[in-house]
Amino acid sequence: MEITISIITGLMILGALYAIHAKDLLSAVIACGIVGYGLVICFLLLKAPDLAIVQIVVETISLIIMVAVVLDSSREELFSKPDAQGYVSSVTAILLVVVLFYFFKISIETLDAFGHGTLRMAAHYIEGATAKTGSANLVTGVIFDFRGYDTLGEATVLITAVLGVITILRIKGKK
Amino acid sequence: MGKYINIFMKGMTLIVKKTTQLMAGLIFLYGIYVIIHGHLTPGGGFAGGVLIAGSFILLILANGSDFMKLTREEMGSTIYENLAVLVAIFLAVSGMLFGAKVFFLNWLPKGTLGELVSAGMLPLYNIFIGIEVAASILSIFLALVIFKEEISE
Repeated sequence: MEITISIITGLMILGALYAIHAKDLLSAVIACGIVGYGLVICFLLLKAPDLAIVQIVVETISLIIMVAVVLDSSREELFSKPDAQGYVSSVTAILLVVVLFYFFKISIETLDAFGHGTLRMAAHYIEGATAKTGSANLVTGVIFDFRGYDTLGEATVLITAVLGVITILRIKGKK
Repeated sequence: MGKYINIFMKGMTLIVKKTTQLMAGLIFLYGIYVIIHGHLTPGGGFAGGVLIAGSFILLILANGSDFMKLTREEMGSTIYENLAVLVAIFLAVSGMLFGAKVFFLNWLPKGTLGELVSAGMLPLYNIFIGIEVAASILSIFLALVIFKEEISE
């Protein structure tokens, strides 16, 4: 299973790289779709159907919205010549990637093997959640009971996003 | 780019319109199923809410915005969104009035595991979070459609 997930993750990385470098913005949007739907397959392989349902529907709706935006505005990406500031920021980005990869390699050696071993907190959830919440679906029991504050925060984030969209997109003021 | 604006306002061909009118109700029902069974099967408020919003978005995309007579005044989805979050917060506060006086307390009786009416407050949270997610995603889409028509007028 690890090999399958590695192949899908590689395809997702290729899709993301193509999305950055594509000249036609419509094909860049479709390449973004490779990343989203690859993530859906990864979630299904890792036995997380809750996340997979949300991801597949959200990915479809956001692809529709992005395709509508691309069709309505420019389809060509406007390239600009890199100047001195661009070189400085790209060198900084490469240095940051090297440093991050170094610390990532250190931290990955201290973790358990992939798919083995649960943290102390997660083991407590898995043992006690069904008896304490009465919910057969463990995920719902965790996100609405143990982690209720997180869910409230997510709902607040959605409200703030809608407020921002309606405020920014309004061209003519309300009379 | 006037061709695409025409698609948004007048809708697509007759085949697409009829197919979406048949399918949208089924998608809506499936969203309600996912929300109500959120504490038994995979899914829940977030997944079902996005499915319900998707059924409306499908209808609007296929039939065009002229079909539903969309204007800014009829954009009632923001009201549902705010009311649903308000009710969810009241449900969370109700835990401070009964039982052990803790925020987000599950004070209703648990029932038997696996029944449709069980798990105390969790189905109620699922329903209101589902309404909130559906209304907010539909609001974002309606804002994009309606305000673009104002520009093109």
